[in-house]
Amino acid sequence: MQAGLEGFLKALRAHEVAVSPVEAIDAHRAAVQVGFADKKLLRDALCVTLAKSADEVARFETCFDLYFARDRLSRALDEGQAAETAARREAIEAPRQAPAGPFDLEAALEGGDEAGLAAAMEQAAAQVGAREIRLQGQRSLMTRRLLDEMGLRGLEARIAAARESGDAAERALAERLARARERLFAQAGAFVERQAGLYAAHSARRMREQVLARKALTAVEPEEVWAMEALTRRMARKLAVKYARKRRRARRGRLDVRHTLRRSLAHGGVPFEIVWRTQKVDKPKIAVMCDVSRSVAQAAQFLLLFLYCLHEVVERLDAFAFSDHAVAVTDTLREETVDDAISLILERVGFRSTDYGRALADVFEMHGAKIDRRTTLIILGDGRTNYAEPRLEVMRAMAERARAVIWLNPEPETYWGQGDSKMDAYARFCTVARTCNSLESLERLIEDVLRKYLPR
Amino acid sequence: MASPDSLAVSTGLPDEAPGSRTSAVSDPGASVESLIEGLGGIGYIASRRIATALYLGLHLGKPILVEGPAGVGKTELAIAASQLLGLPLIRMQCYEGLDESKALYEWKYGKQLLYTQILKDHLGRSLAEAPSLAAALEGLHQDGDLFFSEPFLEPRPLLTALRQPGGAVLLIDEIDKSDEAFEAFLLETLSAFQVSIPELGVIRAATPPVVFLTSNNVRDLGDALKRRCLHLHIPLPDQALEERIVASRVPGVEAALRRQLVAFVQALRARDLRKLPSISETVDWARALVLLHVEALDPAVVRETLNVLLKFEADIAAMDAQIGDLLAGVG
Repeated sequence: MQAGLEGFLKALRAHEVAVSPVEAIDAHRAAVQVGFADKKLLRDALCVTLAKSADEVARFETCFDLYFARDRLSRALDEGQAAETAARREAIEAPRQAPAGPFDLEAALEGGDEAGLAAAMEQAAAQVGAREIRLQGQRSLMTRRLLDEMGLRGLEARIAAARESGDAAERALAERLARARERLFAQAGAFVERQAGLYAAHSARRMREQVLARKALTAVEPEEVWAMEALTRRMARKLAVKYARKRRRARRGRLDVRHTLRRSLAHGGVPFEIVWRTQKVDKPKIAVMCDVSRSVAQAAQFLLLFLYCLHEVVERLDAFAFSDHAVAVTDTLREETVDDAISLILERVGFRSTDYGRALADVFEMHGAKIDRRTTLIILGDGRTNYAEPRLEVMRAMAERARAVIWLNPEPETYWGQGDSKMDAYARFCTVARTCNSLESLERLIEDVLRKYLPR
Repeated sequence: MASPDSLAVSTGLPDEAPGSRTSAVSDPGASVESLIEGLGGIGYIASRRIATALYLGLHLGKPILVEGPAGVGKTELAIAASQLLGLPLIRMQCYEGLDESKALYEWKYGKQLLYTQILKDHLGRSLAEAPSLAAALEGLHQDGDLFFSEPFLEPRPLLTALRQPGGAVLLIDEIDKSDEAFEAFLLETLSAFQVSIPELGVIRAATPPVVFLTSNNVRDLGDALKRRCLHLHIPLPDQALEERIVASRVPGVEAALRRQLVAFVQALRARDLRKLPSISETVDWARALVLLHVEALDPAVVRETLNVLLKFEADIAAMDAQIGDLLAGVG
């Protein structure tokens, strides 16, 4: 059963439940403590040792049921077919007893030895590495290998030979074996299916997400949007957790020696009053301007989604969306659910042609007075002005007031300044101007921003 | 020095002599079934998973991290366990800024200062008699160490729990509200059940306490802490379990009304609310209904008592109009 538990832990890891060696040891200890006889008890015991969040509990339960279903399955097979098997054994006067030597597929099929078949299938699975299955597409190949390992070729030759022969009994045997072979196919298929469910389901998703994270925001296909959204949300959440921790740490106080000594003078040098240094929290402010115009339409909803998630983290975030003019969207982000907020914003200003000069002037008018040395201004956009006046003086005024200006542009740097792009001109006023065209780079950059440019 | 508000020690069994417990149940931790039974006996209806977690916690000597929505009985579990096991409950409420001096130990600075002042003359005399400066310093060292000894030590919950001779139930409540640094410090304490006090040396628990940590998911806990704990997620209960809980907590409520009120709460939980009513709210509501001598739910009664179940004005306003529908569904 030790091996059984190891296999289960492997399946669990494939289901994205992190199992560290320590937890594996705990699982073994827990299993020994409660015993293997009571499945429900074992399930509860392993669950409390291995699953460490509500999500993981759900994944654990799916995985446990899937993994240990095998035992139930083979037992059901045993019970259901015991009668039939016995009858058939009688009929063919059981000439071949269970072979002691290597596994005889024909004998097992003919004898209806389901338990033997199940065991052989397990063994073959271990031989061909069914647990290494990583992609759903490998299923048919794996099934074939599994059957080959069990000796399918020999069986097929036997069937062919029996069909050829003139003997009626032989031909009847061929038909029986052929039917049994069909059953075997179905069983092997189901077996591999289950292995894929156990080991491959999540790895495929992980691979897809890795690809998506690196994919250019503008090249995302409509059918990938939902996966992308989930990914964005997770990334933002990760940042949120990290960032929230940083802020809390900065708030802790320390002993203020100078003040303590000073106060102690009143008590003849005895430090009766202890003064703690309170760290003034320079509350950071972030102002984000997000381009939602036609030229960045593809990326816009992810930028907005990211903005929404960011808003949930940073206490003082002022958000603006712009195309031909700018609107404040902070309240929308605060009050609406994420989907409503995004569609509302896109409805209000989305998909028009950009006028950066006007948008900057709008934001400056609405928010200029609030931009001060604590404000970090983040601009998400491609810097394409449609040949309108870029209003660089407004950009300069904002840059002078703000602590930092960070411009994230989905276009590669070689395009900056070409055609109607005024990015090169704007970039001069930015503390940082970078290309950011995939979720991965967006996450990295935002993390950079939170770490470097926000006062603690 | 204000006395620590985070420290509360209560004896486990307020109204039962320790001797009678051992005669009633020989060893409540012997099996999962006996734990369920034992907890049920003191009014805590435990699901199998809860009992299994407690069972493993007792036998593997690991802390139990309890998560779940507010009011599902996370803290109650620790209290019930302390009663069942007959161990004192030591509770530590976490908050932002909680640190070692509040959780583990603190020197009684005031007492130390007061004593040095009182003993000033004595110290002065004995130092004056010293033949040399070095000897005086030596004497001072010896005297100084006196001020960092047991009588001047103020134990806080963690140290108190470690020093209980027969073991204790240590409840670290709302660990997610403490800072990361404190979490790291807890790790050290909880893995070895020992702490080192520089002036006194290492203090090791004779009997490791049974540790419960509760979390409301204000922030994600570190993986290291989760790895060291058994993890128990208590979800909101289903109809049958909740009825049993209400029956155990509010014996005065009739079976028909009990089914009705629990079904109503269950229906409420399916709605889109800011704060879903949890078990404690159901129990409070049942108590309120008993006090009001309600025989069966009707819209007027529900409307008047809805504020027991829902804690946000917006939720109450939203549900007020739907009371009829909800009641119709309950039957």
